[in-house]
Amino acid sequence: MMRRAVSGSRAVGESVRAASRNTAAIAGLMGVWVFLMEPALAADDREPRKSGVEFVGESTRALQRDDTLNPGMLWVSGGETMWNSEPDQGGRSCAGCHGNAASSMRGVAARYPAFDPAVGHAITLGQRINLCRQNRQKAAPLAPESEDLLGIESYVAIQSRGLPVSLPQDDGTRASAEGGRGLYFKRIGQLNLSCAQCHDRNWGGRLAGAVIPQGHANAYPVYRLEWQSMGSLQRRLRNCMSGVRAQVPAYDAQELVDLEAYLAERARGMPLETPGVRP
Amino acid sequence: MARALIHMPESARRGEVFEVRALISHVMETGYRPGADGRPVARDIIRTFTCRYNGGIVFGMELHPAVSANPYIAFHTTATESGELEFRWEGDKNFSQTERRTITVSDA
Amino acid sequence: MKTSSMSRSAAPEAAGSARRAAARSAAERRRLLKAGAAAPLLVLLRPAEATPEGSAAAIAAFTGGAAVQAGRIVFDISRLIDNGNAVPVTVRVQSPMTAADHVTSIAIFNERNPQPEVAAFNLSPRSGKADVSTRIRLATSQKLVAVARMSDGSFWQQTVDVIVTLAACIEGEVS
Repeated sequence: MMRRAVSGSRAVGESVRAASRNTAAIAGLMGVWVFLMEPALAADDREPRKSGVEFVGESTRALQRDDTLNPGMLWVSGGETMWNSEPDQGGRSCAGCHGNAASSMRGVAARYPAFDPAVGHAITLGQRINLCRQNRQKAAPLAPESEDLLGIESYVAIQSRGLPVSLPQDDGTRASAEGGRGLYFKRIGQLNLSCAQCHDRNWGGRLAGAVIPQGHANAYPVYRLEWQSMGSLQRRLRNCMSGVRAQVPAYDAQELVDLEAYLAERARGMPLETPGVRP
Repeated sequence: MARALIHMPESARRGEVFEVRALISHVMETGYRPGADGRPVARDIIRTFTCRYNGGIVFGMELHPAVSANPYIAFHTTATESGELEFRWEGDKNFSQTERRTITVSDA
Repeated sequence: MKTSSMSRSAAPEAAGSARRAAARSAAERRRLLKAGAAAPLLVLLRPAEATPEGSAAAIAAFTGGAAVQAGRIVFDISRLIDNGNAVPVTVRVQSPMTAADHVTSIAIFNERNPQPEVAAFNLSPRSGKADVSTRIRLATSQKLVAVARMSDGSFWQQTVDVIVTLAACIEGEVS
């Protein structure tokens, strides 16, 4: 069911090419079909994808729904402070170039990971923030999973809350997502499991006492109750890999970025929920 | 300075009972968790939270290690007069943080 | 930093052997989780645990040995908990909260965490409502008790049984 959502656009592409050889009326009908295939516009019974928030208990859902309860808002608040502060080394603040985040950053988090021609590979939002710090703010990069980096990431991502995940369609990003797709279906670790086996074939079932979600990347960074802290999608992926007893790639390894890109493509159209709360 | 968020109304009618929600970032290390060397990591928690309304204590809480990390505290108090609410968290390792909010209380 | 390939024959880190032992059985995991909040659990530790007797002793310390009646307290907590690290709980006590008749304090106790005390709230007539909330840690499924002290010196209590779900995979990888 998951694969249909992702490869639907490809099937639609082939149909449209065939239609272009026929009359405009048929092309029009194809256009209507394309419209209906768009996951973001589908009605509930056509949308097989469920956000992780639909698999958690009611009290955990309440934590995410209410900004006065959501512990992730502590990171958003810290990120807002960082956005408006000049880095220690004296460069401009984020606001110095980007102004008001609510307008300048709207939609940005929904378009990551993305291919960056300057570095020649796809990068995550966290990597983009660090590249800006180094190249534009003359500041030191922030460590992965640091309070500061998660703070800025959360603050930038919340400006896209409610917007559909919408990975760019350039060749470089698509190649990254394709690479990630291969990793998603590959068995790894001593337990010899692939992501797909739990999150495509067994979502809704239980692993020990915990319900298996579909594994969409539409709420990150996330306050995970298990961590008692905010964390990135990469931290969650590394947890899973450790859980199946696989060797865990270092933070920002390209395979993790590619996997993130695939997950974003897989979640295309689902609304961003950052800051999410998960068990 | 730990990040702290306080949610409460900016204004209220005299006599109205309102809710305050306070969130602060703190690891709340229990003192029972084994560290990398196998020995328990030393306890490091917030132990008390007090709310003073124009100087008088109107609410207090004692926290033990069983209170979750990044403690969330919600309580109620009565809008008696305009002025300042002061929220103070204190704990291990000389942890101390104060946040202040003003409230306007009208008779309308 | 060298990136590792996702190979089936991954060699476990040296620090991982205790983790693998821990992951082998649910009973082992429950025992580990009694040691406190979830964390990379490398060596098994058994601190003194709260027991129903320890919990009763802590309640007696709070009440000074006075009799405790059941009722007047509403313990609002989910019966099935996603994760024991942050369990939302609200305690409400029926009371007019006047100078003559109000709740002076509310305390929460547990039976199976390392220590029985969880939190205590001090109220006054200024509170307007005896309605407090926080988030607590529960090491495992267990009983919780909320006890309220009233201005007339009486004590009231409510007990609730909660089931705590444990995380399937313990985070243990070296960063």
